[in-house]
Amino acid sequence: MSAEVANGVAPRNAPISSRAAATGAHIIERVLIYAALALWTFIALFPLYWTLSTSFKLGRDVTQGHLIPWLDFQPSWKGFQSLGLSPDTIFAHSNVRDEFLNKFFNSVICSLGASALAVVIGSLAAYGLSRFDYKFGVWRNKDISFFFLSQLILPPVVLAMPFLILYKELALLDTRIGLILVYTLMVLPIVIWVMRDQFDTIPNEIEQAALVDGCSIWGAFFRIVLPIAMPGMVAAFILSIVLCWNEYFFASLLTGFDAQTLPVMVASQTGSQGINWWTMAALSTAAIAPLVLIGIFLERYIVMGLTAGSGK
Amino acid sequence: MTGGKFEAAHEDLSERRVRLGRWLFRLATLLLIAVVALQTLDAAGVLTIGFANWRPVLYTYIFWGVALGSSQILTRGEAGQQAAFVLPALLFTAAMVIFPTIFGLYIAFTDWNLNAQSGHHFNGFDNLRTLWGDSYFWNALSNMAIYALTVLVQYAIAFGLALLLNADIRARKFFRVAFLLPFMLSPVAVSWMIGKSIMENRFGPAATFARAIGWENPAFFTSPWIARTSIVIMDSWVWIPFIVIMLLAGLQALPVDVKEAAKVDGANRWQSFWEITFPLMLPVSVTAIVLRVIFELKLADIVINVTAGGPGGATDTISSFIYREYRDRSNVGYATMIAEVYLIIIIIFVTLLLKALGRFMQKMT
Repeated sequence: MSAEVANGVAPRNAPISSRAAATGAHIIERVLIYAALALWTFIALFPLYWTLSTSFKLGRDVTQGHLIPWLDFQPSWKGFQSLGLSPDTIFAHSNVRDEFLNKFFNSVICSLGASALAVVIGSLAAYGLSRFDYKFGVWRNKDISFFFLSQLILPPVVLAMPFLILYKELALLDTRIGLILVYTLMVLPIVIWVMRDQFDTIPNEIEQAALVDGCSIWGAFFRIVLPIAMPGMVAAFILSIVLCWNEYFFASLLTGFDAQTLPVMVASQTGSQGINWWTMAALSTAAIAPLVLIGIFLERYIVMGLTAGSGK
Repeated sequence: MTGGKFEAAHEDLSERRVRLGRWLFRLATLLLIAVVALQTLDAAGVLTIGFANWRPVLYTYIFWGVALGSSQILTRGEAGQQAAFVLPALLFTAAMVIFPTIFGLYIAFTDWNLNAQSGHHFNGFDNLRTLWGDSYFWNALSNMAIYALTVLVQYAIAFGLALLLNADIRARKFFRVAFLLPFMLSPVAVSWMIGKSIMENRFGPAATFARAIGWENPAFFTSPWIARTSIVIMDSWVWIPFIVIMLLAGLQALPVDVKEAAKVDGANRWQSFWEITFPLMLPVSVTAIVLRVIFELKLADIVINVTAGGPGGATDTISSFIYREYRDRSNVGYATMIAEVYLIIIIIFVTLLLKALGRFMQKMT
């Protein structure tokens, strides 16, 4: 009965009164669906709104629980001023801003570097696993794939301590390159997972033709397969950036000052007593802004990366 | 997989080329062994070359990897070219995982403390014995079980949300982006945004709301069960979108005719969900739940930054416990032992989980 209502089609021969009841139920159901959607949208977005609005509040606005700018409270640049990012301080010298920008670029370089490295070696491996039969001793394709994917299970704590000591010996502690290597390891299984799915959907007749024409397998890969697999690579790349940008555990253990990333800075500020809310809110806003933008504009690719291989 | 796999063509490689390839590999291996030996002797104090650090070994390893790839191509032709696709990732992962794992096992059996002046010594099973009697470890482990169980609640909520998004609605794109956004945020930022400000006892909106509905002195992190619930709420807030996206993809891939059949039969919606949609969604659900449990077992950032494991270890996870063991006490040896034991527990648990789910799936289909 209500299944029919979903299409808005009441039974053809039903008496008028029951059709009216069905429309009534239909309207109630629509209202309930949109109410539930609105409720969860509120839950999902309120913390973002709260953080953004708090970064423009003064102490008394926070303590009095004001929520709506201009109506409740007068927005002020205080939070961004303390970071050196407000309109009046942006051209003046600011130590806090220098520190913030330093961490910001560390985050950018580590995320981009690790994602690029992982996508390059991960795509190559995924293509190999998708197209060729390997035999390394007793290892076949299945074992190699399992070896890569099993890294997902490994909790960071298992590697953290050995890395700490190894990196000390290798003079990689507190360097961006060290962090890039760890992050590459972290996202590599995911990249291989996404890219294998991508390559598996490309029929290999396309390369077959190129190989017959005298192309080498590397030539066929670069000139023919890669352009087709581009969306998958973008998806893997963006998903990797999100994971690397947000990583905290390794960053806090393996960096001291020079290579520190944004999450470590946010965390160290969170821990200190008596920090102003507006400063913390401004810092959080600045730290999450790039990812919120990615989420809004590149949502398609994130969904594509997350759902690789699950639709089958 | 579409079509068959490519087979490497048999080609006649000149003998000189094959010999060159073999020698290249042998030389590179010798070089690697030599550098490792020299560094080891230098570190042991037998030789006094005075290496500043172990980087030479790192560079030689990279060179060895390149030599291995080239020699594969030289000696095996097209089969070698095929191997060159997977070699970089294999060598990288091997170096980054296998070596630290072996090294980690060694650390786990020492009394290594970064603050100790006397260096570190092999201490056999002492760390294991300490671990056995450490109530904080068992407490953290039982917390992990609780956290892992909450995945089922997250799954139930996520399924509801996925059904909502899959319904015939307007502005679907807007709702999808809105639902996704929490997943984009770093747990550390979430720790402040929700844990330290929205759930703040005096001025946080959550506390204001709690007072409004009659909770006199709201405190979200002082009593064990409420603190645990608060952590779970934050963690769910971040991760529910992940499950929603996977389930939504599954729902959209469902065959349309099956649903139509349910409607024609006059089954009501509740029945059609349990008898048709839910069973068809089982494979996707299992994938989502297993992945989510695996990620849940790594839970650390939020706990470290909001409660630091408190009150009295009520919210501790294994990862946050190890983090404190290292950060506050520099107890590298013991912390590594906990990590290794935890890894073994995880491997056993995930294997059993996959087995049980596999059997369950077989019974269902």
